[in-house]
This record gives sequence, C-alpha cells and structure tokens, in this order.
Amino acid sequence: MQALYAQLLVGLINGSFYALLSLGLAVIFGMLNIINFAHGALYMMGAFCAYFLLNLAGIGYWPALILAPIVVGIFGMILERTMLQWLSGLDHLYGLLLTFGIALIVQGLFQNYFGSSGLPYAIPDELKGGINLGFMFLPIYRGWVVVFSLVVCIATWYLIEKTRLGANLRAATENPTLVRAFGINVPRMITLTYGLGVGLAALAGVLSAPINQVRPLMGADLIIVVFAVVVIGGMGSIMGSIITGFALGVIEGLTKYVYPEASNTVVFVLMVLVLLVKPTGLTGRAA
Amino acid sequence: MPDLKMAEAAKSALATAGANVLTVENLQAWYGESHILHGIDFKVNAGEVVTLLGRNGAGKTTTLKSVMGIIGKRTGSIRFDNQDITRASSDKIARMGVALCPEERGIFASLDVRENLLLPPIVRSGGLTLDQIFDLFPNLKERLNSQGTKLSGGEQQMLAIARILRTGARFLMLDEPTEGLAPVIIQQIGHTIARLKKEGFTILLVEQNFRFAATVADRYYIVEHGKIIDGFANSELEANMDKLHTYLGV
Repeated sequence: MQALYAQLLVGLINGSFYALLSLGLAVIFGMLNIINFAHGALYMMGAFCAYFLLNLAGIGYWPALILAPIVVGIFGMILERTMLQWLSGLDHLYGLLLTFGIALIVQGLFQNYFGSSGLPYAIPDELKGGINLGFMFLPIYRGWVVVFSLVVCIATWYLIEKTRLGANLRAATENPTLVRAFGINVPRMITLTYGLGVGLAALAGVLSAPINQVRPLMGADLIIVVFAVVVIGGMGSIMGSIITGFALGVIEGLTKYVYPEASNTVVFVLMVLVLLVKPTGLTGRAA
Repeated sequence: MPDLKMAEAAKSALATAGANVLTVENLQAWYGESHILHGIDFKVNAGEVVTLLGRNGAGKTTTLKSVMGIIGKRTGSIRFDNQDITRASSDKIARMGVALCPEERGIFASLDVRENLLLPPIVRSGGLTLDQIFDLFPNLKERLNSQGTKLSGGEQQMLAIARILRTGARFLMLDEPTEGLAPVIIQQIGHTIARLKKEGFTILLVEQNFRFAATVADRYYIVEHGKIIDGFANSELEANMDKLHTYLGV
C-alpha cells in the first residue's frame, strides 16, 4: 500500500509540472496560434535562472520563485517581439519549426557550458523534512509543489475565465481584428500573453529544481510527454489542460504501481486512443 | 451689408449641417491582390446619418473597414476630426472616437453578454451609461449572463450596437444592422438610430435596404464597383427613385 501512495504522490508531482506546462502551451496556442516547442527549454531556463540567482547573487528559493519567471518571461517576450510576431498568419508549421530551432540552440548553449549532468539545488530550509500521515510519509517540499502548482493553475484559470483582462484575451483569441478595432492594443496583449505562458514554464522549472536537479536537457525530456498531455486534453482549453495534466500524472503513477513496464508509454497510448476517438482532444473545441 | 448677411446665412447653414467629421478622398483599397476600392470620395458632417447604398460586393463594407483601419493595403486620404488617419492602426483610430458595428456582428462566443458589452474600452467621456443602454435595449439586461452567441439574431445586433455606445465614440459606423432581422426588430433598430441621431451621434450606415435607410438617413451615397457614383439628400429621394432602382437593381 505504501508503494501505491508513493507512486500516486510522484504522479501528482509530475502532474503538477504537466499542468503548469500544458497550461502555458494552451494559453500561447490560443492567442498566438503557435505550438511553442521552446517551452521545455524555457522551463529549463527557469531552473537555471534560480540556480544562477543562488550561486551568483546569493538570492534564495523564495525570491527566485518570483524573479525567475519574470526574467525568463522577459526573454520570452523579446523572442516574441523579434521573431514569433512575424509568423502570425502563417501555417502552424513555421512557428513549430522556429520554436523547435530556438529550443535546440538554447539547450545546446547550456549543454556546452554545463554538460549533461545535473547541478544540485537545495530544498529551502522551511520546506525540508516530511510529515508522517499515518498511511504514508509525505516530504513537505513535494506536498508544497503539488499545492502551489494547483493554486497557480486555478489562479491562471480565474484570470482568463473570470476577469476583464481575461475577457479581452478570450475575445482576441476569437477575433483579434475586431478587438483591435475596439481600441485594444492586441499586439501588446499577444506579447504579454507569451510572457505569461513562458513565465509559467519558468515557474515550473524553479519548482522542479530541488526535486530533479538542474540539467540542460531537463525540459527536452519532459516536453514530449507534455505535448501528449496537450493533445489528449485539447489545445485551447484552460481547465482542460489543468485537469488533464494532473490526471495523466496520476495515471502514470498508478501504472508504475500496477505495471511499471508500461509507465513510460501509457500517456502515449492514451494519446493514440484519444486521437482515434476524438481528434480535437477531450475538452478541445473544433477548429 | 447683404454680403455680410449672406456670409451669416452660410455660416448658420454650416452650423446646422455641423462641422466636417469624416472626409474620404480617392480611397483605394486591396484585399491581398484584389483591388476592391478604386477611388472613393465622400464626406460626413457632425450629427448626420449618411448611408452608403449599393449592390453586394460594391465595396461598402470595405469602405467602412478602410476607415476603421482594418484593411491592410489602402491609399488616398481619410481624415477624421481634421486628422489624417489613412495610415493609422485600428486601435489608434478607435481611441480617436470611431466605432464599428461589423456586418457579421462580431459577438464573441467565449464571452457572456456582460463581457461582450464591457469589452470595448472607454475611449472618451460622454458615452452612454449601462442604465441608458438597458433603457434602449431592455432585452439585454435580462440576458446578461447568457453566452453571447446564444442570443437571437436581433438581440445579437442590439448587443453589437449597444457595446459601441458605451465607449464615448461619437462617430458610429453600422454595417447592415438590419440584415436578416424580423420587421419588428428592424423597426426597433430604426428607432434606436433615430434616437442616437437626436442625441448628436454621427452615423455612417451601410444598407442594402433603402426603405429602411429612408427612415433614418439625411444623405445617401451610391457605391458601385468600388467608386461613389452618385449622392443625394433624403429630400431628393423621391426624385431619384428611378435612378436608385437602376443602381440597386431592385
């Protein structure tokens, strides 16, 4: 039983990262119509940013949780302004190729300087240790990651679905020309949206640093699964990508308990099944 | 002395006609490679309701879109409130006080009625308050929480007009507001336009239904093959009926 709970927890942790990353991908796809293949590299940059802040400036985990998403978000906005914006109106393939290229360059640069092995990043003192819940032992940091990710996901969902700003965003996703003709600066909104999606990826990177260490290819390994999550959940649905993210993490965890050999492929098997039955994804709207 | 009197009279005539709000000269516009507008010239004065009439595909909608700045390639000159807006971006034009109610209505499916109504930002003071808007369109108040596209066609049209009245824009461009609507709703929209005119809004209307236009318009321009080929005042409508029938092919 202990093993089951432990795997469920690992599943929830992975689910947190899936959710944060696929949420950002969904937001970016909705607004920019770009399949952001650079997402994994930006997630990695978030983790490295926290590492640099600590080792070069002595700035710890808590400020990094805010600073890293801002720094990487600004980097993302520069990418959008200088490159991605020129792809609007073109086929998805162009955005995919460009962001894939950016990911390779960024990961290549980091690999060149830091190799492939992980750099350590310590769990902050406040979150060290664990609690015995009676049925299992819960490392506090892991509990924190799950709860905090959930809070950030819900907050993002609220921002987009329930606020004025979110209404502007949804409207601009539907008909950017008309929204602009109402006097809203849509190009600026697109840049900020990309920044938001990238910031979420960087935040996931900081959260994962103490668990998975900081590695140049940490995002490349993860992003393939995240894309499967997005395909299953359906592009463009905020709540859909959050729920699918957490659910697939848990399903992966359960598979590790029941039939470990399939744990690496279960997400992809599900993806194939969903594509066969409902090609727009579980919660996706038809294009 | 008589000269002075005449000047005086001319001045007061100008005042009643209102200052010039929009002047379009030799406007040409393209959709990609296709040349749609071949030199459009017209004027709209403050407080007027001016109607562009013409067949399908004549270039009426493209003219409105060009004024709004959403047609990519356009040349010639468009002046609004004595400022050149020929090359301005649509968000800038909107913030100068130009508002468009598009032909397809542009109600957002992912927004509820309230969000649709509050979407266009206030660009200047003097717009209608929500109470005034609900006074004009009581239906909307009851449907505030419905999804925008769940409204009936008539209600969607009202929502599309209502949301640009909030913004403080005094120059409204309405693209076929009566298209596909029941006569009783058309009448309601006619009353609304008349009331807006009374409150001093300047309106540029695109219509195929000149019987409807005749109930609200001060002046008409006929658009054909991307050019203005004729223009007359509402008082001259009867005299121009024959011509109009030829132009519109009705």
